This record gives sequence, structure tokens and C-alpha cells, in this order.
Amino acid sequence: MEQLISFRFRRVSLRKLSAKDRREMKHGLTFISPWIIGFMAFTFLPMVATFIFTFLDMSITEGIYNPVRFMGLGNYKALFQDQTVWRVPSLRVVWTQEIVEDGIKKQIFSPQVKMDPPGAMWVTVVFGIYALPVGIFVPLALALLLNSRYLKAKSLFRTLFYMPYVVPFVAAVFLWGGILNPETGWANRFLMQLGVPKAALPQWANDVFWVYPTYIIMGIWGIGNAMLIMLAGLQNVPTELYDAAKVDGAGPMAIFFKITWPMISPVVFYNLILSVVGLFQYFLVPLVVNQGTGRPGGATFFYNLKLYKEFFTYQKISYGATMAWILFVVILIVTIILFGTARKWVYYAAESA
Amino acid sequence: MKRTTIGKVKYRLNVALVTGITAACLAIYLVPFLFMIFTSLKTQGQISELGAPIWPAKAPVFLYQDQELEVYNVPFPDGTVRTMAALNKARTYTDFIDISDDPEYTADNPYHWTGYYASLKRPWKFSPTWENFKIVWEKIDYLRVMGNTMFYAIVTNIGVLLSCTLVAFGFSRFRFPGRDFLFMLLISTMFLPGTVTLIPTYAFFKWIGWVGKWWPLIVPAFFANPYDAFLIRQYFLTLPRELDEAAMMDGAGPLRILWSVILPQSWAVIVAVTVFHIVWAWNDYFGPLIYLSTRPELQPISVALSRFNGIYGQKPYLIQAGSLMALVLPVILFFAAQRFFMQGVVVTGVEK
Repeated sequence: MEQLISFRFRRVSLRKLSAKDRREMKHGLTFISPWIIGFMAFTFLPMVATFIFTFLDMSITEGIYNPVRFMGLGNYKALFQDQTVWRVPSLRVVWTQEIVEDGIKKQIFSPQVKMDPPGAMWVTVVFGIYALPVGIFVPLALALLLNSRYLKAKSLFRTLFYMPYVVPFVAAVFLWGGILNPETGWANRFLMQLGVPKAALPQWANDVFWVYPTYIIMGIWGIGNAMLIMLAGLQNVPTELYDAAKVDGAGPMAIFFKITWPMISPVVFYNLILSVVGLFQYFLVPLVVNQGTGRPGGATFFYNLKLYKEFFTYQKISYGATMAWILFVVILIVTIILFGTARKWVYYAAESA
Repeated sequence: MKRTTIGKVKYRLNVALVTGITAACLAIYLVPFLFMIFTSLKTQGQISELGAPIWPAKAPVFLYQDQELEVYNVPFPDGTVRTMAALNKARTYTDFIDISDDPEYTADNPYHWTGYYASLKRPWKFSPTWENFKIVWEKIDYLRVMGNTMFYAIVTNIGVLLSCTLVAFGFSRFRFPGRDFLFMLLISTMFLPGTVTLIPTYAFFKWIGWVGKWWPLIVPAFFANPYDAFLIRQYFLTLPRELDEAAMMDGAGPLRILWSVILPQSWAVIVAVTVFHIVWAWNDYFGPLIYLSTRPELQPISVALSRFNGIYGQKPYLIQAGSLMALVLPVILFFAAQRFFMQGVVVTGVEK
């Protein structure tokens, strides 16, 4: 991360290279060529292709590619007008209803309140707003706990907290899903023991309100990496800094905000970027848990889930590519903004040294 | 003197508090494992039975004139508790009979207990069922699925080790113009959203007829990935250059140096990458899902488990048994190699 931020171009004239330098260049490029080829074949060219596809009309019918047509900005226009992507959930009053009476269509006055299901981008952003703080602060809190000088059996705790990270996510989803099963799970069983009436028990993955917390709980075992990285960051803080602060009479809050937080801000920033990129593409858990139906009430119809369906189910290649490209641009903008803020709060020791 | 005693007490209190809180958090964090083990040992009846304990339990029944009577622990006025069978159950009272060979209370002379029978405890006994694992073994075609997963993990691991070692060697031991830029490009691809390359890649593999085959999953592994290349490169940077230089003086070429000088010192990072990679392959869902969706006989464990859930989703005991069988290998592997594993995570996360 630091290398990304501190990178500067340097001009080198190839003519000035000696024979030895040239040989070294030849060897170096040869050794990294697997990555260069892989980068071209599986990253760069597909990205360019995605961009080109957005201006074409490509689709598959019954396993056969249809003739390709140039579309101009048609895909973008269709995407920006797609209410299933951009709609903000809102209550809407429908004043009249159409009924058929004696074979004649009639409009009758019958006001009803209807709620439009949220658009896929809305779902993605709202879930991200729930999940991002959990993905940053839960691992941070655990790392602080594991770094406490009062904790006994540290390495045992560290290993056990990390261990669920290696559980395949499909299995983890079923394990937590079992705990959160409204009928047979332990969570509701425990709530009933506490005296929560049966009617008030949460329906977890089947409930519009509880489904996001459910997904977050199902993904909680994924924090192992972030926790470990933050713990390493905490352990890298030189003890002299703490000693000096104590001599100066700093309290625990001051020590945290003036020493610990700045010193671990690079690892927090790294996790923040990874989380944001991951959350914008989130959809595998709803695909497994709610079979990608968007249930309940469209609350789990994530942007990438829609993209997946447009591409794999409806075989609309260009529309899928346009969705992918717009998602990429959105993620890029958010990442650039975050990198812009990094100057203000991310502390790299080398910069000030 | 007194001050240090107070300090010690305070320290011990803090230790008890912090360690206690951490242990409580850990218990909640790991409770799904217990749920999984208990549920996978239950039958449908044991899951749905009201008032049954959370562990796989069975309450004995008493056979009386071809009727199965439920057995309860019945309190007596003198304070003793007897295990008896409920003959007539009503809301406000129950008639109990003895289950011993020498009954004091019989059907003609039952013990008339006043109260609601459901408030009484039943003498639950631990009674696990092993049947579920057998069912999963057969229905999920466990051996084949494990074979597929193992094949996927091992072949791609060979590709990753080969390609990432070469790339890491190139980035760590040679100076050339543009190297730092290329390395930055490599790191930045870690943050690239995979969605943006998905569609043309899939369309291309479909066009050349690779969808439904292993190739789209295996071939890219032979062209290096940023995580493992970075990890190995960081490790190579810590190795002293004197040995390579000495070998170079003796006329060894770069491949020779990599093979005979660098690699023998690098087994720690090779183990770390291997374990990472096997765990990754066990977890990988999306790739196998899209490329092998029409070929169930080729699918690895994650896709097979998800498909299994689609069929048996209403049977938690089968789902939990299946999950247990899916996660057991990576968990064992983790405990066997946890030191290398966690060091590797730290290197990729902190040093970037």
C-alpha cells in the first residue's frame, strides 16, 4: 500500500544501459514474463474487451452467439434508465385501481400504499454501510483485545480466532445459517429462553429488516485476515512510544488516538480499500442463501447479482459488460476519493522521516 | 510493600477480566461448530421434539400394553424424585405408573400428580445418530467430490508455485527500467474488482469450448497471481545476496541460482503458499460454479455442498453433516501449518 502511494516515475534512458544492465534487464523480464502474459491475457485485454462490449449489442440465444451490432451509447442509456438498478425504495400512493366489471374495464377510486422494491445499487450501498464498519472495527477490537498485556494464552486465542477463516464460505454460511434458522436454530431458542414471545422472534434471512444483520453474521468468520494484520500492526508499534507517552502522563484514550491509531492507520486503510472493493461486488452469500432470488422483498437483489443474472441467465453479454464497467468506474471513483483522504489520516513513517 | 500487593491484585483482576471477556467472545464466535456437531448427530425427530436438550438426546419410553408412554422425573411430597411413565396426561394433573419390575404404582393404582406434565424434567440420554454422515457420503458422492477438489487444489498449486516463484525471483533479484512500475501494477491488481474482467473471459472460454472443462480454472494459475508473487518476493528480499553472488562467480546462471541457492532456503514460504492455496481452492465457489455448472461429476466441494443444500435444505441434520465433511480437511491443515499460514497473512497485509 505504501509502495502504491509513494510510487514516482523515474526516467531511464535505455541507451545508457551497459551490457551488464542489458543482460539483467533481459533476465528480469524473462522471469516476470509469466505474470506479464497473465496480466495481458486475464486482466488487461478482458478489461479492454469489457469496455468495447459496452458499445456493442452481443447476446447468445440457445448457445449460439447472435450477430454483433454497434450500439453506440444504447447500453449505457438502458442501464441508467433501469429502475431495478437505481430506484430508491419509496412509498407510493396508487389512487385508482382498474377492475373488470361485466366485461368492461373500469377505473375505480381505491387508494393503496405500495412500496417499490429497492434498486440493486441501493441494496449494495445500504448493505455496504452496514457491513463496512463491522468489517473494520470488529477485527480492530479483537486485535486490541489480543494485544492486551493482560491477556493470557495469547497465541492460543489468536489461533482459535483465526481458525474459522479457513472454513469454506459455503460451509460457514450453512453453519451460521443453522444457528439463525428461525425454527430450529439456537439463536431463537436462546431468545425464547430469555422470554421473547414467539411472534416477536426474528425471522433472520427471511425478513427484510433482519436479512442484512444475518448476512453480516454469516460473514463474520471472514474477519480473520483483517484481525491478524491489524494485530501485527499493533505489535509493530515501538514500545518506546508508549513509554514516552506514559512518562508525559497521557491517559489510555490519548495513547490510543495519538499513538496506536496513527501507527496502525496504514493497515486499517489497506483493509478499508479491500472491504470497499469487496462489498461493491458482494453477491455470493445471497446467491447461496436466498438462491439469488432477491427475497425477501428485493432486499438481497445486489448489483452483482443482477449482473450475474443478466449475463448468465438471460445471456445479455453487452448489458452485463456495461453493468460491470459502470461498477468498475464507481469503485474506481470511491477508491480514488479514499486515497485522497488517506493523506489526512493515514500515517506512513517513511514519509515524514 | 503494600503498594506492590495492591498492584498485583489489580493486575490479576485485569488479567481475569480481559481473559474472561476474550474467552466469552471466542465461545460465541465458535458456537456454530458445536451446533454443527450436535445437529449432524441428530435425527429429524430429535430436532423437532419440543423441550429436547440442544445435544442429540433421546428420552426413554416405557412400553405398556403396546403403548409407548413418555417417561418423566416425578417429584414426591417427601422430596424424592422417581422416574415414572405418564399414563394419562391432562393439563392440570397426570397419572404416573412405575416402570420398575416391582411396581408400587400400577395402572389400577396410579400416582396422581397435580400440575402440568410439560413442566417436569425428562431423563434425557445422549443418543447420537451416525446415519447422516453415511447419507451425505453417498448423496454428495463424497469421494469423487473430494477427489475433484484435491485435483483442483494440487494442479493449481503447482502452477502457482512455479509461476509465482519465477516472477518473485525476477522482481527481487534483477534491476531493470520499469521494474518498480510493473511491480506497482502487480500490487494494484489485488484491488481490481474481478467483475470487470469476468464477462469477456467467460465469453472467450465459451467460444473456444472450455466451459464445462477444468481448463479455465487451471490455466490462469500458471500465470502468477499478485498475492502469492508478492509474498514470495518479500521472502526472497530477506535472503542474503552474498550466496547468489558467490554462485554467480562460479558461473551459475540465474535458473541455477534460483534452484540451488534460493529455493533450498525458502521452504517456509513454499509451505505457506501451499497451505494458502489449498484453503483457497477448498473455498473457491464462483469459478467452479460458472465453468462447471453443467458437469456435476467434475464439481469440487463448495459447489457440490451448495447443490446439496438446494435439494436437502429442509433437513438441517444433513446440511450440518455435509458442512462438517466439507470443512474438516482445511481446518486440520490449518492446525498443522498454522504458524506458516498466519505469518504469510501478516506479510501480505502489513508490508505492502
